Amino acid sequence: MDTAMLTLYARRKRAHKVAMVLSSIAALSALVALTWILATLFVKGFGGLTTHVFTQMTPPPGSDGGLLNAISGSLIQTIVGTLIGTPLGILAGTYMAEYGRNTKLTTTVRFINDVLLSAPSIVVGLFVYEIMVKPMGHFSAWAGCVALAILVMPVVVRTTEDMLLLVPDSLREAASALGAPRWLVIQQVCYRAARAGLITGTILAVARISGETAPLLFTSLNNQFWSTNMNAPMANLPVVIFQFALSPYEDWQRLAWVGALLITLTVLALNIIARSLSSVKASER
Amino acid sequence: MNEMQTTTANAMTAMKERPTLDLADAMSSGNRPAQLREKVSVRNLNFYYGQHHALKSISLPLHDRMVTAFIGPSGCGKSTLLRTLNRMYDLYPGQRAEGEVLLDGQNILDPKFDLNLLRARVGMVFQKPTPFPMSIYDNIAFGIRLYEKIPKSEMSDRVEDALKRTALWDEVKNKLNASGLGLSGGQQQRLCIARSIAVRPQVLLLDEPTSALDPISTAKIEELIYQLKADYTIAIVTHNMQQAARASDYSAFMYLGELIEFGTTDQVFTKPRQSQTEDYITGRFG
Repeated sequence: MDTAMLTLYARRKRAHKVAMVLSSIAALSALVALTWILATLFVKGFGGLTTHVFTQMTPPPGSDGGLLNAISGSLIQTIVGTLIGTPLGILAGTYMAEYGRNTKLTTTVRFINDVLLSAPSIVVGLFVYEIMVKPMGHFSAWAGCVALAILVMPVVVRTTEDMLLLVPDSLREAASALGAPRWLVIQQVCYRAARAGLITGTILAVARISGETAPLLFTSLNNQFWSTNMNAPMANLPVVIFQFALSPYEDWQRLAWVGALLITLTVLALNIIARSLSSVKASER
Repeated sequence: MNEMQTTTANAMTAMKERPTLDLADAMSSGNRPAQLREKVSVRNLNFYYGQHHALKSISLPLHDRMVTAFIGPSGCGKSTLLRTLNRMYDLYPGQRAEGEVLLDGQNILDPKFDLNLLRARVGMVFQKPTPFPMSIYDNIAFGIRLYEKIPKSEMSDRVEDALKRTALWDEVKNKLNASGLGLSGGQQQRLCIARSIAVRPQVLLLDEPTSALDPISTAKIEELIYQLKADYTIAIVTHNMQQAARASDYSAFMYLGELIEFGTTDQVFTKPRQSQTEDYITGRFG
């Protein structure tokens, strides 16, 4: 090799080293931030994690208590919100990928859905406040569920459409060639082929709403007591954390840390489940 | 081997009325019925992909319990022709067919003709194996369940029968509940053929069924085609001249959307009447 080539090569090697160092620093700093957050949560939250948390209601300042009403409220609203949002999202995504491919309606819905996907959740909270809380005259768990459903829907619409579009047309043709009507082809073959992706999308949507505070602040608000009345305000972890963390009382702050730890662990678990499901799908191919 | 009965398409059409078979014919054509009947008649068929005129006035017969090969260079319309025979093109907007395709005398292009019932009668196997993401058993049972409600034991018999006919039974009998996706390419393709014949169609359309397979799997499927023609009318699209010569009774040579020549495979391959056919078969183009 002549010297010109060698200098060129040496320069490239230097550039490679610089790029590698820079990207490693970036990766490390992200990792450090994450570990820091998790470590702080564990240190501050783990100590307060007693059985009282799961058996007692949120206390008035200065007395002993737990998070039972907030945990149950969060579970109820997340589940109901998911049950409303997921079927709607899957049906809409199915229309877009199966029946209305390349139609004007699909293009429009996809655009609006993308906007909704990145809309700030507080806007969704205000929207539901206007259409439900104000006419009804009071905050309610139903309103909270609807707000969460509106947040679930775009995620599910998007993943459903994407996952169904990944199912090869040859599979649809093969099922149609046996004389299967369209709806049966979708239900028995396409959904099955896309199943892991659909479940992953739904789990990620649940993970997204389980930590949402803003939409609930305007809808289900909070409730100091045990309540399963869907027409009344209902407690939930994010709003309780918000309220308790901002308070000057130490025992409330301690409970806020515990709540934050619980939510983080839930979201972490949901993400791990979603991850392992999509890797199962990859190994099946 | 069928030279004695038929030499040209016209002669065959004239003979289709012939009511009984005589001994000499039965001897010369093995065990197959010598009675020629048009199972499917394509008449003056034109096909359009949007503005593109892909099939131009095609007329040809598919004889009952015979194998008809569609040959020709890429883009000549042979797959398009096959896909009109079960109206697979109906899945896609902008594709349309004009003319007549008669199945036992009924025009299947008639918009009133029920598509799903048509496809239950005219099965199709594709170029790439398309096992459904379910167990081997369910892959076969899927099609049967569409139109028949039968007890479990009978279903198991039907599944076993279909797998035996495609010589797959011995390879999968101990893993019927395993996913169909876990089979090899050749096994998957035989599973797809088994799935098609399990619904007991009358016509079987094969769209380059062996082009994605190795020589051994190909030989198995050709053997299978030979056995299946005792019960089914078969149309096969193939790029492989030897395969057409080996596996078919009739051949249709197509070029640029037109049917250039149709006749018995022996005649088309040994005494082609058109120079284009001869050029293609001998490998001078295509």
